Amino acid sequence: MTNEEVAKDLIRQFGEDVYDFDDPYGMLTLSTTREQIIPMLQYLNTHPIYQISFLTTLCGIHYPDDPNPAREFCIVYQLHSLVNNFRIRIKVFLAEADLHIPTATTVYLSANWMERETYDFFGVIFDGHPKLTRILNMEDMDYFPMRKQYPLEDPTREDKIDALFGR
Amino acid sequence: MSTVLDISNKNAPGNDLPAKPEESVQYVNELTTLNLGPTHPATHGIFQNILQMDGEKIVSGEQTIGYIHRAFEKIAERRPFYQITTLTDRMNYCSSPINNFGWHMTVEKLLGVTVPKRAEYIRVIMMELARIADHLICNGILGVDTGAFTGFLYLFEERENIYEIYEEVCGARLTTNMGRIGGMERDLSPEAIRKIRAFIKRFPPIMREFEKLFNRNRIFMDRIIDVGGITAERALNYGFTGPNLRAAGVDYDVRVMNPYSSYQDFEFDIPVGKSGDTYDRFMVRNEEIWQSLRIVEQALENLPEGPYFADAPEYYLPPKKEVYRNMEALIYHFKIVMGEIDAPVGEVYHSVEGGNGELGFYLISDGGRAPYRLHFRRPSFIYYQAYPEMCVGTTLSDAIVIMSSLNVIAGELDS
Repeated sequence: MTNEEVAKDLIRQFGEDVYDFDDPYGMLTLSTTREQIIPMLQYLNTHPIYQISFLTTLCGIHYPDDPNPAREFCIVYQLHSLVNNFRIRIKVFLAEADLHIPTATTVYLSANWMERETYDFFGVIFDGHPKLTRILNMEDMDYFPMRKQYPLEDPTREDKIDALFGR
Repeated sequence: MSTVLDISNKNAPGNDLPAKPEESVQYVNELTTLNLGPTHPATHGIFQNILQMDGEKIVSGEQTIGYIHRAFEKIAERRPFYQITTLTDRMNYCSSPINNFGWHMTVEKLLGVTVPKRAEYIRVIMMELARIADHLICNGILGVDTGAFTGFLYLFEERENIYEIYEEVCGARLTTNMGRIGGMERDLSPEAIRKIRAFIKRFPPIMREFEKLFNRNRIFMDRIIDVGGITAERALNYGFTGPNLRAAGVDYDVRVMNPYSSYQDFEFDIPVGKSGDTYDRFMVRNEEIWQSLRIVEQALENLPEGPYFADAPEYYLPPKKEVYRNMEALIYHFKIVMGEIDAPVGEVYHSVEGGNGELGFYLISDGGRAPYRLHFRRPSFIYYQAYPEMCVGTTLSDAIVIMSSLNVIAGELDS
């Protein structure tokens, strides 16, 4: 069971909906669309040989500087096959204007809080989630703090400039 | 959790309840809302659970978390890599060295740095000692929660000894900030080795005494057997890892499946349980303490000679002597301390077997000085979701025991 094998099989199954194949540090990484993500998770979960049925992490990333506005947000699913010791990373890119993605709680119970966390920090709406509310932050918070436009340092400070003190 | 039994409708007006019998206590259909926490003496840390109770039985529960959320993922986006170690300390503070080394190994994987064997072995020793300390707390406190304080007292002295070893190795006790990117910050001192040897010698009889007190203790067994069980299938779907998953019968251990830091060199067993109940979790942790002790013994016995840090001048602080005499060393020293080193572009996931399970670091670097995005896979956060399900149908006292045996660490939960 190699990266190419799984990649080829996914292309056979999902055709043009899987793209951007890569393997940074040996981990198969690919992108798909939000329409195909749940069928793909289902397919990998129930595959008799692969048995990629453990959701390791689910998290969001914000790329505000990406020239393509359809790739501003990224949801990353990292899956693990405990039988074959095989890891795979699936990304779904979303536009800021339409931050909706179907919930993975239908496949993995563990996705429940991971999705709530992603909603809490990035504002991504997981359609069909049983209870999509903030989890770590306060309920009445009116912004999504992990987005890049909220700087950690007080932006009015002049003594701590990025050129000297990192990002 | 969405599996809430809709019993409250039975109290709706127009729905005639049978008249309550006098004196005899039968509150079958009347639910009580019980606020367990946020600061409850029996929960170790700040957890809130709003329980719906039907008399003694728990009908449903809902957790509220985030009381000590400190936004580590956000803070990490502005810090140079070496300063993030101090954030990882504060996640699972019962076994900080594992978190520290896990983070160092993630960065080393990103940079492609190979750490010398000696450093890896020292790391293994410290990580296994940390695991022992972590499990000691969990099992000791499980005893306290069931009403047996003695075991806790016996074990806490040993945890204290482990902390003294930490102190000897890195100078700190709880938030250790142990090791550096590329190795250890200093070699194991003779005093540290003496302390570890003394610990290996002194600890087994105390542990055996603890086991004698608890393992086959009728009262203890009656109290925790078949409490909070979970099937392997369910546990996997809930994302359980570590001792809690192994108690359910799945032999997944990151140390064996994806060996890091030379774990393939050591011989040890993975204890697994059967029913995933509190007793199995207790026994798995007990056995893991013995296995960790075995690993420490082997690592100390075969501790290789050689350097204890890798040749990674852009990340590993040069020796002080060099800094005063050598210009390159001075430049690197300055650049590292000021956080002026640009990391390579990359995307890396690395996981270690933490005290509670798979502790993962998902690091995305865009070539800057700080991570572009850093996500921590905190095992407690993921498996604590299953808590209400495990509690339904049990009593309040069982709920306390279940939480205690899951070893939910508030710092890791909220990060």
